[in-house]
Amino acid sequence: MLRMGTDLLITLQGDLDDTTVEHVEHEVTREVARVHATGVLIDISGLAVVDSFVARVLARLVAMIRLLGARTTVVGIQPAVAITLVELGVPMRHVRTALNAEQGLAHLRGVPDGPAAR
Amino acid sequence: MVQLLASAEALTVLIAGESDLLRVRSALRTEAQNVGMGLTAATKLITAGSELARNIVRYAANGCGRVSIEQIHDAERRGVRATFSDDGPGIADVDEAMRDGFSTADSLGLGLPGTRRLVDEFSIDSQIGRGTTVVIGKWSR
Repeated sequence: MLRMGTDLLITLQGDLDDTTVEHVEHEVTREVARVHATGVLIDISGLAVVDSFVARVLARLVAMIRLLGARTTVVGIQPAVAITLVELGVPMRHVRTALNAEQGLAHLRGVPDGPAAR
Repeated sequence: MVQLLASAEALTVLIAGESDLLRVRSALRTEAQNVGMGLTAATKLITAGSELARNIVRYAANGCGRVSIEQIHDAERRGVRATFSDDGPGIADVDEAMRDGFSTADSLGLGLPGTRRLVDEFSIDSQIGRGTTVVIGKWSR
C-alpha cells in the first residue's frame, strides 16, 4: 500500500486466498479512514484469476471506500480475467475501472474521461 | 456424443478447507498448460474450478471433498476434465440450481449457471444425503 499525496495505491498480485483478500479489504478500509484519503487506485494487473469471491470483495471494498468519501478506480484487469468475469455474471457495474494506472489517476483527480475511457 | 479418452493418470486434490482452493487452481493451471490451452480458456477453466471448489468448502459435509483432474482428447483436440465430488447434503432441485438467479445461501445467485458458462462441458449429479458430483471439461483450441 503506497501513499501519494491524498491518494492510496494498492497493488494486488499472485494467487490470493480468501483470507488474504478479506485482510486486504480490512486494511485498505482502515487506511483510507486513517489518512483521510480522497482517492484509491487498486491495481489488479498481477491477478491471473479473479473468481466471484474476489470480485465480490473488490466490489464491497469499493462501496465501503465510497461511504468513507473517497473515490476508487480499479486498473489493469487482464483481458482474460475481464472476459471470464463477464461470462460468470459477476455484477461489477458500479466499480470504476481504467486501462492503466495513468488513466486511473486521472479518474481519481476528476479529469473528464476521454472517449475511450468509459 | 464423442467418446472421451482419458489418459491413464488422474491427479486428485483433496479439498478440506479454503486454503486448498489455491492447490486446485494451481493443479488446473498446470494441466491446462500441459495440453497447450490458451490463456483465456485456461483462465475460464481455473475460475470455474475455483467456484466449484469453494462450493465444496461452503456447502459439503465438513467442507470436504475432492477433485480429480485429467487430460482428455478426441480425434483432433486435447483438453482438461475435472471431477468435483463431495459427500455433502446434496442439492434438492438440480434444475432449479442451474437457473440464473437461484441462490442457496449468501451467494448472489451466480454459482452453477455462471460456472457452466465458463466451460465446454458440464454435468451435475446430486443425490440428497449422498453428495454431489460436478464434471467440467474445457478444450484447448
